[in-house]
Amino acid sequence: MDLYTRRLLINRFNLVVSLLTMLFGLFWLGWILFTLFKAGFGGISAKLFLEMTPPPGSDGGLLNAIMGSLLMGAAGTLLGTPVGIMAGIYLAEFGSRGWLAPVTRFISDILLSAPSIVVGLFIYEAYVVRVGHFSGWAGAFALALIVVPVVIRTTENMLRLVPDSLREAAAALGAPQWKVIVLVTVRAAKAGIITGILLAIARISGETAPLLFTSLNNQFWTSNMNAPMANLPVVIFQFAMSPYEDWHKLAWAGALLITLSVLALNVFARVFFRNRTATY
Amino acid sequence: MSAVVNPLRGRAQADPAALMSRTISDASLRKHYRLDQLFRHATRFFAFLVLALLAGILISLLFGSLSSIRTFGFGFFASAEWNPVTEQFGALVPIVGTLTTSAIALLIGIPVSFGIALFLTELSPKWLRRPLGTAVELLAAIPSIIYGMWGLFVFAPVFASHVQPIIKSTLGSVPVIGALFRGPPMGIGVLTAGIILAIMVIPFIASVMRDVFEIVPAVLKESAYALGSTTWEVVWHVVLPYTKVGVVGGIMLGLGRALGETMAVTFVIGNAHRLSASLMEPGNSIASALANEFTEAVGDLYLSALIELGLVLFFITFVVLALSKLLLLRLARREGRTT
Amino acid sequence: MNAAVLQPVEQALTQKIRVKNLNFYYGKFQALKSINLDITERKVTAFIGPSGCGKSTLLRTFNRMYALYPNQEAQGEILLDGENILGPNQDLNRLRAKVGMVFQKPTPFPMSIHDNIAFGVQLYESLSPREMDERVEWALRKAALWDEVKGKLRQSGTSLSGGQQQRLCIARAIAVRPEVLLLDEPASALDPISTGRIEELVHELKADYTIVIVTHNMQQAARVSDYTAYIYLGDLVEFGVTDELFIKPKKKETEDYITGRFG
Repeated sequence: MDLYTRRLLINRFNLVVSLLTMLFGLFWLGWILFTLFKAGFGGISAKLFLEMTPPPGSDGGLLNAIMGSLLMGAAGTLLGTPVGIMAGIYLAEFGSRGWLAPVTRFISDILLSAPSIVVGLFIYEAYVVRVGHFSGWAGAFALALIVVPVVIRTTENMLRLVPDSLREAAAALGAPQWKVIVLVTVRAAKAGIITGILLAIARISGETAPLLFTSLNNQFWTSNMNAPMANLPVVIFQFAMSPYEDWHKLAWAGALLITLSVLALNVFARVFFRNRTATY
Repeated sequence: MSAVVNPLRGRAQADPAALMSRTISDASLRKHYRLDQLFRHATRFFAFLVLALLAGILISLLFGSLSSIRTFGFGFFASAEWNPVTEQFGALVPIVGTLTTSAIALLIGIPVSFGIALFLTELSPKWLRRPLGTAVELLAAIPSIIYGMWGLFVFAPVFASHVQPIIKSTLGSVPVIGALFRGPPMGIGVLTAGIILAIMVIPFIASVMRDVFEIVPAVLKESAYALGSTTWEVVWHVVLPYTKVGVVGGIMLGLGRALGETMAVTFVIGNAHRLSASLMEPGNSIASALANEFTEAVGDLYLSALIELGLVLFFITFVVLALSKLLLLRLARREGRTT
Repeated sequence: MNAAVLQPVEQALTQKIRVKNLNFYYGKFQALKSINLDITERKVTAFIGPSGCGKSTLLRTFNRMYALYPNQEAQGEILLDGENILGPNQDLNRLRAKVGMVFQKPTPFPMSIHDNIAFGVQLYESLSPREMDERVEWALRKAALWDEVKGKLRQSGTSLSGGQQQRLCIARAIAVRPEVLLLDEPASALDPISTGRIEELVHELKADYTIVIVTHNMQQAARVSDYTAYIYLGDLVEFGVTDELFIKPKKKETEDYITGRFG
């Protein structure tokens, strides 16, 4: 066959393959979501939210696990967000001179993709061992460490999107730099920064590894952050790896719960961002 | 014009200097100056905190692995022994497992991600782009524990009964690489873990590829089309070389994720401290070893060996991520030169 | 304006800003070369010239806006009411209280219309809410925007049209009672009708303020200004009374630019 026909065939072939890869990706997404809904939906009932994790062989819910996840997630977010925002402000507003900004950005990006189990190890060594026991606070610290680089990156990117003319307009009125940043620049980037925080929350909602050796687990209800605390991901891990059928059911229900929350947060964050951003 | 009179107006025209000195006192200007300094130092402090965190992680991991380092030295990396009873530990099996599963993930993931990015940027109708892109990102948002559960309970049985026999009868009979596919079709194992990792990294690599493909200047592609190139030729000969540094950066990002992935791998890799030539056999990765054994480890040396494993993992991912950052820096510098 | 009438009056007016041997550098690149120029009080001075030749750079030295960025440096003297603002002891905030600026792109702050205007005032004065409302109304009237926004002062500044946003920025700049107003191509992002209103505004404002306006639109310069400076590639080629410069320019380069022979 001549060169021209061959080129056309190669083109057609590769484009078909490309379509197949897209379908390939969608296939897995569909299969996973379908499985999740099929196996988990039956377990969703009022009981899930009202009863504690049961011993094997009996019925129960996931209340203490849900509570623990909410508590540690909230604590982790509250601890990590201010650090992330302040560091993000430093990178965007003060970072043009000197060595600290490029180095911090570099390290933040590395922490962003670092294995979360290593974060758990660090908190174990630095805190759990010193204090002598596992605790909800340890879990919260580990989650905070995951929140920080996410918030740093989104804060810096959103602040950079604010046009310089806005900063100059405030400076031209004679405003001191801290007022320009806090009252004008950060305010203009508010929607994006909040979106970043929401995405960080979505990220830590599904994290298991950092909680494995920090908060451990707890069969009973506790709101004491200073004691081992139940949480959804670790409970799911424990139940799923066990041989008990009713624990498996609860594990799937919990998995569905986490996935729905994470997906809802992601979608909400996107919609929120699109609606609230002032365009310049 | 209403009867509003600016109270300062008359005075301003008479003596501007007096007006200014009355309204902005030196004290308030000094206060603003001090607040500026305070604010700058506060944000600087938090930036330093990030550095301190990294240093803290390295130091605490080193500290924790000290007894293991002292006991096993470099032999740690060559030994496949893992015996908590005799307290003999070697990192070979987990390290090989981590590297193998990541390699499989990339082998499958890179071409598929490329195909998806190609589809999203060149083939897909405009109205489909956003929903498809969102679908790809949803794949990234699914928590890894769900991948693990699905992998163990749904994928592995199907893989064992329908796919593995086919692989064994086809690739298993090929002379050299056949050795990779020996063993009973259990469904779990290194290969399964690699496949699930591939599905997890595809959205990351595909998103980065799509982002860099999109910023290729239209004029560049148009000049190739104007010469009569097919779509595939434009992508392969123009878009890909133009974006190659960004693509490599995206791949390394995916690699970083694959190396550190814990829960998905833990469910399906089989947790066996055994080195075998076949991919269908169970094995272990650093992250899964830590997840499975850390809370039950008894004895200082056992714990210390596990922490040293964690240190090794952190070191590997650090190097991979640092390399990708440097490559991306080069991309940014190159773009600065060409604009 | 009749040039002959101007002559004796000119001597009586003060030179609000005197630029002496100003050189400006972006890193190693010299953007302004030995500029010597006087800005007359309560008159409109226009800077014209092709893009990228230094007009905005010169304007931005008057309120030291360049100080926000590293690698930008000014050498020489700029005397504002006799004081050198390039001196090391010059307080930038105080300077910017005296010299206000309006930018090319409208830049409303992400707050209500009322708060936009109050922002600058609050930096220097503590006014009671009623006094602040009066000041806001005064500034909006001066900027010919009051009638259009008086019912929606609490709405966001970004909800206004482009022309209204720019007048809001002018109101914001006036509210702090500066003595000099720097306008950096204030109408170039606006439609012709809004442009016309801005030009009317400039004409009204010059009774109270010294105005320096940068424009790439020569007709606008001719309509609006009393004095014009033609800047090309960092040099002050010619400076004079607007009517004279446009009708009978002294330098050939000026004539070439005005007649559109290039740029």
